[in-house]
Amino acid sequence: MGITAQEVGRIRRADSGFDADRIRQDFPILTQTVHGKPLVYLDNAATTQKPRAVIEAEQQFYLRDNSNIHRGVHELSERATQAYESARRKAQKFLGAGHSREIIFVRGATEAINLVAQTFGRERTGPGDEILISAMEHHSNIVPWQILCEQNGARLRVAPINDRGELIWEEFRKLLGPRTRLVSVAHVSNALGTVNPVKEIVQAAHRLGVPVLVDGAQGAPHLRVDVEELNCDFYAFSGHKVYGPTGVGVLYGKAKLLEAMPPYQGGGDMISSVTFEKTTYNSPPYKFEAGTPNIAGVVALGAALDYVNDIGMEAIAAYEQELLVYATQRISQVPGLTIIGTAKEKTGVISFVMEGLHPHDVGTVLDQEGVAVRTGHHCAQPLMDRFKVPATTRASLALYNTRQDVDALLAGLNKVREVLG
Amino acid sequence: MSDLRALYQEVILDHSKRPRNFRALADSNRHAEGYNPLCGDRITVYVKLDGDRIVDIGFQGSGCAISTASASLLTETLKGKSRAEADELFAKFHDLVTGQGNGGVSLGKLAVFSGVSEFPVRVKCATLAWHTLKSALEGEEKTVSTE
Repeated sequence: MGITAQEVGRIRRADSGFDADRIRQDFPILTQTVHGKPLVYLDNAATTQKPRAVIEAEQQFYLRDNSNIHRGVHELSERATQAYESARRKAQKFLGAGHSREIIFVRGATEAINLVAQTFGRERTGPGDEILISAMEHHSNIVPWQILCEQNGARLRVAPINDRGELIWEEFRKLLGPRTRLVSVAHVSNALGTVNPVKEIVQAAHRLGVPVLVDGAQGAPHLRVDVEELNCDFYAFSGHKVYGPTGVGVLYGKAKLLEAMPPYQGGGDMISSVTFEKTTYNSPPYKFEAGTPNIAGVVALGAALDYVNDIGMEAIAAYEQELLVYATQRISQVPGLTIIGTAKEKTGVISFVMEGLHPHDVGTVLDQEGVAVRTGHHCAQPLMDRFKVPATTRASLALYNTRQDVDALLAGLNKVREVLG
Repeated sequence: MSDLRALYQEVILDHSKRPRNFRALADSNRHAEGYNPLCGDRITVYVKLDGDRIVDIGFQGSGCAISTASASLLTETLKGKSRAEADELFAKFHDLVTGQGNGGVSLGKLAVFSGVSEFPVRVKCATLAWHTLKSALEGEEKTVSTE
């Protein structure tokens, strides 16, 4: 794992005040049984469960405040607008952004990346220009750039990774060149858990005047993020992976970049004035929020960000790290099991293959034991090709997971051998 | 018998670990590829047709226990059968794994897949080889996808 005893000690101390058993009580869904066994939810990299505060925030919005935003003079519209804009300030604080106008609400990290590709990307790239990503990207940080490249003749470059699943820094530096117009990298790999050296990437890119987008879909839920400290130009995350609802996410962009960018979609709310001859666009963030947004979802995302802020992202990260160390130690003792992704810097993702067994069969047996994991290519097929596996089984941790959950996974893996031989 | 034991019967585990007819036919006159993008299973089915009759059949590829065993048992069952018999067996097999029909009374060894009906997400695994075979018999060149 590469974690020193000193670090483990620090993590343990940080963990001392963390009460996962109490936190579990905030998540009503976790109390159920599946196939007659207590649910052990280890598919958090796909989506996280929602605390009662988030479910109630969405419900309360519809029970009490539902109205459209930014247009009505009536009381309900005012309340809805307040709640929506208050969530924007919460997202700003959560990311450490300087201004709330740098926070754009989108459907999720996928839409955030597509937005940047089709606005900033389309305007700033042309034939022969390059966009640089890494070999560990999720399809959502590959395909939008491929679409852009098809549209304007730009070229997608891919920085390779080593056998531990870490970016090869020298290769990345070599690919970062005079034709690079944008770097877009995952903060954390969804399939491996690798934490990329985002700050160093930004520094290296900025020395050449190249802006950087950080895909934070797996970063924001598990690490404290400070976009000003990272100095990244864009940061994207999905609400549903940080205990919020599906269908809502955030794109952070530096104000001066957002101001210069063309709009993404046309429609209501993104304009200042419209005539049939000419339309003047609204200023950021509204310029990028055409149409009625997912208001209830945004409000509930605000509640989710309150929830994790109250616990503290640093405390969450330390607890999950301690659980990762425990899970890695235990899982790596399973005979015939190989962990894919052994980076020094990791979050709570353990992807693995078992000799002679297909992940799909492993997943079916675990499910019968009440253990929910993801099996497949994790929307990262090029990464699976890199490791020459068609698929893996992935257990991914969240703040409500415990050592008992890890133990249940281990018991499930024993059952896998018993059933499948 | 638990659902799991019903799904992973001994015959299925045996065929998944030691698949029969696991080879490319040098003299095949039909072949097709099948792909299940959800789990990454890939399979190629090779058929030697003599008129209307399947005189030899083999397969290659990689997949889960269910899809591999299904391909293996398919090749065992269909060697020597006519195209019409193959079509009829596929229809009955499909009914079996989707929980319709009579529980595989006339399916012989293929009845071991009856447990699949309790696992709807695994139906695609069980039928991948059959869809691929159908494509091969129809002489289609493109890869069959379960999605």
